[in-house]
Amino acid sequence: MTMLSVDNLAVTRGGLAVLEGLSFGLDAGHALVLRGPNGIGKTTLLRTLAGLQPALHGSISMPPESMAYAGHSDGLKSTLTVTENLDFWASVYGTDSIEGALDRMNLRGLTERPAMSLSAGQKRRLGLARLLVTGRPVWVLDEPTVSLDAASVALFADAVRAHLAQGGAALMATHIDLGIPEAAILDLAPFKAKPPEQGGISGAFDEAFI
Amino acid sequence: MLALLSRDLKLAIRAGGGFGLGLAFFLIVVTLVPFGVGPEGGILARIAPGILWLGSLLACLLSLDRIFALDFEDGSLDLLATAPVPLEGVVTMKALAHWITTGLPLVVAAPVFGVLLHLEGAAYQWLVISLLLGTPALSVLGTFGAALTVGLKRGGLLLSLLVLPLYVPTLIFGAELIRRGAEGMATQVPLLMLGGITTAVIAVVPFASAAAIRVNLR
Amino acid sequence: MSIWEYANPVKFMKTSSMLLPWVTGLTVICLVVGLIWGFFFTPEATNFGSTVKVIYVHVPSAMMAINIWVMMLVTSLIWLIRRHHVSALAAKAAAPIGMVMTLIALITGAVWGQPMWGTWWEWDPRLTSFLILFLFYLGYMALWEAIDNPDTAADLTGVLCLVGSVFALLSRYAVNFWNQGLHQGATLSLDKEENISDVYWFPLLICLAGFVLLFVTLLLLRTRTEIRARRLKALEQRERMA
Repeated sequence: MTMLSVDNLAVTRGGLAVLEGLSFGLDAGHALVLRGPNGIGKTTLLRTLAGLQPALHGSISMPPESMAYAGHSDGLKSTLTVTENLDFWASVYGTDSIEGALDRMNLRGLTERPAMSLSAGQKRRLGLARLLVTGRPVWVLDEPTVSLDAASVALFADAVRAHLAQGGAALMATHIDLGIPEAAILDLAPFKAKPPEQGGISGAFDEAFI
Repeated sequence: MLALLSRDLKLAIRAGGGFGLGLAFFLIVVTLVPFGVGPEGGILARIAPGILWLGSLLACLLSLDRIFALDFEDGSLDLLATAPVPLEGVVTMKALAHWITTGLPLVVAAPVFGVLLHLEGAAYQWLVISLLLGTPALSVLGTFGAALTVGLKRGGLLLSLLVLPLYVPTLIFGAELIRRGAEGMATQVPLLMLGGITTAVIAVVPFASAAAIRVNLR
Repeated sequence: MSIWEYANPVKFMKTSSMLLPWVTGLTVICLVVGLIWGFFFTPEATNFGSTVKVIYVHVPSAMMAINIWVMMLVTSLIWLIRRHHVSALAAKAAAPIGMVMTLIALITGAVWGQPMWGTWWEWDPRLTSFLILFLFYLGYMALWEAIDNPDTAADLTGVLCLVGSVFALLSRYAVNFWNQGLHQGATLSLDKEENISDVYWFPLLICLAGFVLLFVTLLLLRTRTEIRARRLKALEQRERMA
């Protein structure tokens, strides 16, 4: 089953097109890793997919209410405990229980600890537990393993695998190894937008001025 | 929605000074005014309505820049914007949380400060009514200012510059209501205007705030 | 051929460069004729003395102060609804002109008020409203300056302009309620009996036209500058990406 399909997408950053002609699909149970050098537009693409900014061109289709987005930071409140952080997102997404997420992310022993006392790896696990709590099948993750040590990367990879095994899907942008060799890789470099006079897409905001 | 409200209230309490800071500031303003204008009760009683309103306005302004800044920095604003809740609701809840932590304590404490400023006896009920009616508008308009400046590094000063002119009508009708109440004059017009402004602000401004947040997250 | 063609920056640059010399010339003629006529060839009013002559700067600048805000409101709306670049930049370009007009109206008002009312400043509704309008201009300009991304800045200042317009109007009524003032009512409406006499009216009309033209000239110039600055930014950004 296709969870996410993108057709001929073009995205903009700061008024100019950065990526164009991008088409891909993501099936249930699969993971796709977006690669590319800094500044190619990975974050811009993910934010466009998450609906935080409009696309310049093309279409994005997915079942309604199927996506959970996680940016560079985990969105944790440092003075709230692990349970309180998760409870909040559970009620925002209207899901009932955080117990499963606590177990799967190995956070059982930390439930009453405030988020500020967690290590970087534990915080990331809490951030992933938030994704589980949303109950959404498609994870869209931006640099999910940044600042993690090898053991935590492995734990992250396990969590993603478990999610895929349950019929979920994951789209991840990174420039370092995620420890998920079975994930398909999409290199964004060929989709770098060309200036309109070289046949690139036109209509980006700033082009009217050039 | 209610989860967001209770989360914000919890955060305000845990961060320390969520409730107390605005009040302490209010107390300082009220303490400093007699030093500036002299201790005669007559003068103080005359300017008390204005001072009490100005004090609440400034106390309210103090905590505005924190409404969205913290959520913006730690990424929760992104997550809230992609969550299945309308952003208009989010900003309304933020404004409500701000009002509960700053506006409501001011309303409750204002009569005490009124005593310090020799406020006339007939004015106390109008003081409470006018602050109760007016301060929600201050929080909602402040939320709008905070939404406009959320991505900016030094937004605090700009925020005051943007928000204070918007407070003019509320301040005028709020202080006028107390003044008329103190002098036993008809209070219907300022009362209705104050209530009307607050109602309209609550109904309309969250849409502008949500639009500003969307633009800032883009 | 539609009016929206001029929303294209290139087209706007072309047309405005053609228009500019003419508008500039007309501005100079109107201002020189109007001000000289007004200052030197009108009689002294019976109850105002020679102070009446400040009217030739005071009234036009006050009128422009309000009209420029209205123009900014319209261009902001056009930007928010139709996303025409020039519209947003024109609003940005108009704000400092409007702010200066407000300042001129306030200062000439103070200069006029001193001999007439015996005070430089009075918390009169009209004066107070202009002071509030001045604050709105300041806030609007400060927000433009504070935001780096031009699209974001255009959107946010547009929203601020909408909300600000409502509150500027509301403040006007609130201030009226708060203090009935010294300032005379409008004496320029065409249907009123007590209008100022023709001797003052004709030079004033020319001054009004001169101020409108002055605004158009400055607006065209400043919008052209904004468009060039924007073009430079776009080129730089493309260079960085290439």
